[in-house]
Amino acid sequence: MTRASQWVYAWLLLLPAMVLLALFTHYPAAATLWHSFFSTPKGVRPVVFVGLDNYRQLGDDPIFWQALANNIWFALGTIPASIAIALLMAVWVNGKVAGRSFLRLAYFTPTVLPMIAVANIWLFFYTPEYGLLEKALDVFGLPTHNWLGSKSTALVCLMVVTVWKEAGFFMIFYLAALQSMSPHLAEAAAIEGASRGHFFRRVTFPLLMPTTLFVLVNAVINAFRLVDHVVVMTRGGPDNATSLLLYYIYEIGFRFWDSAYAAALTMVLLTVLGLCALAQFWFLDRKVHYQ
Amino acid sequence: MTHVHLPPGRPKVGALPLGGKARSAKGAHPTTRGVARALETAGAWTLGLLWILPLAYAIWTAFHAPEYSTHFVPTAPLTLENFRKAWQAAPFARYFLNTVLLVATVLCAQLVLVTLAAYAFARFEFPGRGVLFALVLMPDVLIVENYRTMGTLGLKDTILAIGLPYMASAFGIFLLRQTFKTVPRELDEAARMEGCTPLQVLWKVYVPLARPVYLAYALVSVSYHWNNFLWPLIITNSVEARPVTVGLQVFSATDQGIDWSIITAATLLTTAPLLIAFLAFQRQFVQSFMRAGIR
Repeated sequence: MTRASQWVYAWLLLLPAMVLLALFTHYPAAATLWHSFFSTPKGVRPVVFVGLDNYRQLGDDPIFWQALANNIWFALGTIPASIAIALLMAVWVNGKVAGRSFLRLAYFTPTVLPMIAVANIWLFFYTPEYGLLEKALDVFGLPTHNWLGSKSTALVCLMVVTVWKEAGFFMIFYLAALQSMSPHLAEAAAIEGASRGHFFRRVTFPLLMPTTLFVLVNAVINAFRLVDHVVVMTRGGPDNATSLLLYYIYEIGFRFWDSAYAAALTMVLLTVLGLCALAQFWFLDRKVHYQ
Repeated sequence: MTHVHLPPGRPKVGALPLGGKARSAKGAHPTTRGVARALETAGAWTLGLLWILPLAYAIWTAFHAPEYSTHFVPTAPLTLENFRKAWQAAPFARYFLNTVLLVATVLCAQLVLVTLAAYAFARFEFPGRGVLFALVLMPDVLIVENYRTMGTLGLKDTILAIGLPYMASAFGIFLLRQTFKTVPRELDEAARMEGCTPLQVLWKVYVPLARPVYLAYALVSVSYHWNNFLWPLIITNSVEARPVTVGLQVFSATDQGIDWSIITAATLLTTAPLLIAFLAFQRQFVQSFMRAGIR
């Protein structure tokens, strides 16, 4: 095959996928930027160029700042917890623990369930007066509390659900990495007389760094991408205490139909995701110990 | 795979970066080790029970009359009444059909598009190769613009509109490209000597060799799209297009005094096919999720 015909062939193979990728990821990203500089068409009022007005509105919008802060807290609360639990789970089910296959199943099952089903189940769990959590607290004589209905606990409740759902998923990757590690390492360490804790800190954990990076990327993306549980459990309430960025975009775009302002908000979300990607690429890539 | 090269059989002592501190742990008493083991087992089981508890609770509620939903008596009579009521209260049969159609359409389209693109990236030299992969975005956050596009295309409230943004999966292309790259070039060249066109080579050499990866990708894709919620919620507006996740939300959000037992039954109902498939093919599921994540 000549060079030119190779090019043509490759481009033809790529064409269908590229058309769809461009139409539903690249074009909308560019269009979001474009539309964020215009006003939202309302009735007979035409669209006008407003420059940075939407971004100015954003700066003065306390709900936006709250949603951003909520999202950052949500990420900080869920990511380290789910990664730590996932690692613990993987180490346990990789060892000689009794009932290993049951435990693997128990840890992994939440991953297969849809977030919306999970949210429904937990909603009942948190229900005031009737829910299981309330009943359990009642046994210990603790006062009742509206877990999802009060500003101080609602976001934490959502974090718990997210950690419960994601830890098992991340465990799988750690488990795969642990199983691909050479048993000679542990043998050598045992001959040296290293304790298991020391071996984990000095050998296992560094060798797991590529996995941790992969899991971290996924966890960060999920923290900003997944709002199904917000829709089902709290609708952003009480008083916007659980409104996450994407949920706020959904509210502005599809409840208030303010597509221009929603575009500006989407740009913020895209920027956040882009910065995360860059940070992970530049800072973590260097510290990761590749095998 | 590991960087420390140890000859098989006799591990080379001292090859590991273990300091003197490690040596001091040498004589750990056997009983302390035993206690540590017992503690670990207890921890693992506590976590396991905590993790299974919400699901077990949902199953309990769904199979018992409402008065038992927080009242745990082992002798409480089992009932399927909640499932019957849930099935009749909303068009779940239609929702299931929609989800199956959605998942099947997306998967078929993905397999074809992803295979072709991955082949181009793995085995062809062409200008613009590096640039094309630089910008990977997810459709999940671009809901506002994609909604507008669907309006322009006249596809709002259709099953096709739910799946279309996901059909060219960048993740799938990357995964398969990595797999295709591991196929020995000699096989490729041998097939070309026999007079195969590049497409025939793809079909006869690459696709059969990548079968486990296809299975892994298919399982991940099916469970992703079975569970997807926000985009279908936005783009659909009628019973004819709604997948089960959205149907479940519409059903449980209408506050007409539907009791929890029925909502829980509906929740389990919508999840059942996936959950049963998972329990039956546990090993394949877990391996697929691993394979899809690690390259």
